[in-house]
Amino acid sequence: MILAQQFGFLDEYAKKEIRRTSLKAVAIPGYQVPYSSREMPMGRGFGTGGLQLTLALIGAGEVLKVIDQGSDDSVNAVNLRSFIEMTCPGVGTTRVTGEADLIQSRHRIPEKPLREDQLLVLQVPYPDPLVVVEASEEKRKQLHGEADYSRLLVKLYEDIVKFDEITISHRYPTRINDHYVIDPSPIPRWDVPKLHMSKALVLLGAGREKKIYAVPPYTKAEPLAFEDKPFRVEAFLDEQGRRRACARCGCDNSFLDEYVDSNSGEQVYRCSDADWCDEQLARQTAAEVIYG
Amino acid sequence: MDRVLKVRNLSKRYSKGCPVCYLKTGPDFDSNICPDCGSVVAAHDVSFDLYAGEILGIMGESGSGKSTAVKCLYFDQEPTGGTATFYDQGEAFKLFELNKAEQRRLVNQRFGMVYQNPHQGLNFEISAGGNIAERLLMSDVDNYDRIRQRAVSLLTRTEVLPERMDEMPKNFSGGMQQRVQIAKSLATNPPLLFLDEVTTGLDLSVQAAILDLILEIQQQSHTAMIVVTHDLGVIRLLADRTLVMKYGRVIETGLTDQILEDPQHAYTQRLVASAL
Amino acid sequence: MAYVAIKGGGQAIEGSKAVLEYLRTRQGARARPLQADTIENQLRLLHGRVLSEGGVYHPRLASLAIKQAQGDSLEASFILRAYRSTVPRLAETELLDSRKMRITRRISSAFKDIPGGQMLGATTDYHLRLMRMELLNESPEQFRAISGEWFKNLNVDEIPDTFPKVLEQLRKDGLLAPLDEQRGQQSPFDITREPLIFPVSRSAALATMARGEQGSLLAIAYSNMRGYGDVHPTVAELRVGYLPVLLPHPITGQPMEVGEVELTECEVVAMYEADGEGGKPLFTLGYGACFGHNEVKAISMAILDRSLQNGIQHGPRNPSEDPEFVLLHVDGIESMGFCTHYKMPHYVTFQSDMDRLRATQAKQ
Repeated sequence: MILAQQFGFLDEYAKKEIRRTSLKAVAIPGYQVPYSSREMPMGRGFGTGGLQLTLALIGAGEVLKVIDQGSDDSVNAVNLRSFIEMTCPGVGTTRVTGEADLIQSRHRIPEKPLREDQLLVLQVPYPDPLVVVEASEEKRKQLHGEADYSRLLVKLYEDIVKFDEITISHRYPTRINDHYVIDPSPIPRWDVPKLHMSKALVLLGAGREKKIYAVPPYTKAEPLAFEDKPFRVEAFLDEQGRRRACARCGCDNSFLDEYVDSNSGEQVYRCSDADWCDEQLARQTAAEVIYG
Repeated sequence: MDRVLKVRNLSKRYSKGCPVCYLKTGPDFDSNICPDCGSVVAAHDVSFDLYAGEILGIMGESGSGKSTAVKCLYFDQEPTGGTATFYDQGEAFKLFELNKAEQRRLVNQRFGMVYQNPHQGLNFEISAGGNIAERLLMSDVDNYDRIRQRAVSLLTRTEVLPERMDEMPKNFSGGMQQRVQIAKSLATNPPLLFLDEVTTGLDLSVQAAILDLILEIQQQSHTAMIVVTHDLGVIRLLADRTLVMKYGRVIETGLTDQILEDPQHAYTQRLVASAL
Repeated sequence: MAYVAIKGGGQAIEGSKAVLEYLRTRQGARARPLQADTIENQLRLLHGRVLSEGGVYHPRLASLAIKQAQGDSLEASFILRAYRSTVPRLAETELLDSRKMRITRRISSAFKDIPGGQMLGATTDYHLRLMRMELLNESPEQFRAISGEWFKNLNVDEIPDTFPKVLEQLRKDGLLAPLDEQRGQQSPFDITREPLIFPVSRSAALATMARGEQGSLLAIAYSNMRGYGDVHPTVAELRVGYLPVLLPHPITGQPMEVGEVELTECEVVAMYEADGEGGKPLFTLGYGACFGHNEVKAISMAILDRSLQNGIQHGPRNPSEDPEFVLLHVDGIESMGFCTHYKMPHYVTFQSDMDRLRATQAKQ
């Protein structure tokens, strides 16, 4: 069995390179550090960048949480978690955000605020926010170096002209530490403010595009916007303009998934973050027990 | 008067060249191609000064090197030799010694350029207003309404209907596209503006209106300009002083009136005579 | 959790594995499992393709990958490539000289007669692509007899061990630039250890294409041949054969032969160019090489090498001359992986899209 040969699947040189790259990424917040990126046994696009970070950084005795779309049970999260369990003996896994040392996630940042001793690894399909306005990587590097994001801002300007709204939904370009603008991975707008002055280190890994970048703890992360056209998160308002709440736990300040109930045919909203939803529900049950 | 630009011995040669390139080309040889090695000497030994509020004309036919000289100053091309110093806000910038980032800062904020072909100066994928916004955003203006107001005032000044600011440049006529290009180049109030054959190919009446506009801008904002053209009429109307170029060399220089009244070089004499 | 759409992910994956395994074995009672040797020999071209795109010369594991992937070449190359991530690098080979190749086939379309002679070898180029119905009912006896017969009639002693290169003649005649001896001293760019940062060296470009997916290379090279480019190549030499691999002896350090790899190599000559510095104009060269017997890939790669060099020199005028366009899109493992990933859930991003659309609709 090939997989059992070494801790963390990758050969030691590869892991060392990823650690070095991560250090550089932390030292230059928001800068996309190139690395060689090995092929993993799952598809490019399935989180190979995040996975390489996790495998290079996690050690025996530590606890891991893997989520995809906010859920620990989605197919891809299950797949990644079982691969890490198989290749990293001694690593524990959890579904509870507060218990995890390292959280690997695709498309979401947990609702529960992270702590200084936690590490968030985000999977990234497109690391460069400038790709929409400049196809050549060579030229993009130059624009990043000079922090020239005028063409990106013009795109926002044109959006407002056309739609009276900035139409970027997820992957919202975010300026880190007053210089580099990053693609924060396809997290919804809702999650972008969580990057700002985050207590936990956030590492972003793009396997296919071979880049690692970071939002270090206590670092500014500001979504691009105009002074008089501020950035807004998803509203989740109903027809009467009231904030919708989760149909399961009742929470009205979390990112919601919308789907059609297969029995009633009605539109239903529920917390996207499964652990958050459980925690809210447990808290209510506890409150009911106390206050009867 | 304040000097804005000092250019000395500017040269531009394509390919590696040989020791006799400069000796065997120029108006005396009726060629800018070196007979020994085949290199093209596009411009050689071009020197001039430009003062605040002044319009300098560079005149010549195609292949004379007039556009090459300006492209080097605007960093579109790299010169082979010579120096150029730009004086701005109490600082002197040795243009050809600046790194790429410093060059781009000048291009984005302190220089303006209007090309003959509006496709070079405008981004046709974004609206007229967006084109102006881009230049403002390069200089860190980040207020949407202020950007809109500034675009309206620039377009009004260049006589483009502000109602059309959200239209794409392709919807505009050629003359209108030039006006948008001028508005864009003025967005940051640059002290130095380059105009490369800006009226070539436009209808006569449109040409006249654009030239009027350029004069008006010069009078109102005291912008120093370099106007490159093959058209004696443009020189006559705009330029205070003029450089005449042929086969990469400056063959005559002086006050425009003087050159037109009393041309010294045979070539200039022919040019003036043919235009009269 | 009550999420209809994502409930029971783990169970679903197990079920999916089981049905895939059923399909691999469904032939039933009379079936015999595919042997690695069978794949390597009877599906040798597929096998070569997987070796080349997988980027590890490990014939046995390539066979296993094909078996495991049920014949999907992208998937098989992928399995091989992922295996590569787990193995350390133990040594580096000397620079290999393809003049020392043990040739099984070599042709030139530039000259009728080349030093050493043309050797058609195994090719379907001049075969009629008609169905050979008799192969449907081939008996094991018939099958085994063929190779024996072939060897019986072969005079092995007549075939020289190595052949000179056609390019050498062109160099001697001054039609092609002389070999740059210094280039042989430079260590090549290692795409498995370093990311591509543009602009990249020619060595990095060649390495990327050598692992590239055949169809992608062909499509981009074809665009150049058809009209989005102007390489107009002539195949100076195409050779297929076995190249000895040398490694330093662990004790003496002397290079010693440790084995050989099957290789296809193609050198195309394209229109001439003046060197811009007063020198004589010369033909230009495009180079392609890959593991296994794969001529379409080697030729496509040689054309793209040429077009990329054009693009680097004069600025890209079409996609096949743009290094970023070509090199970032020819890797089969990357492109198929990303294509596949669109099947994963995108609920959150789609939710966010809906929010934007509704916000925008509300304002119109």
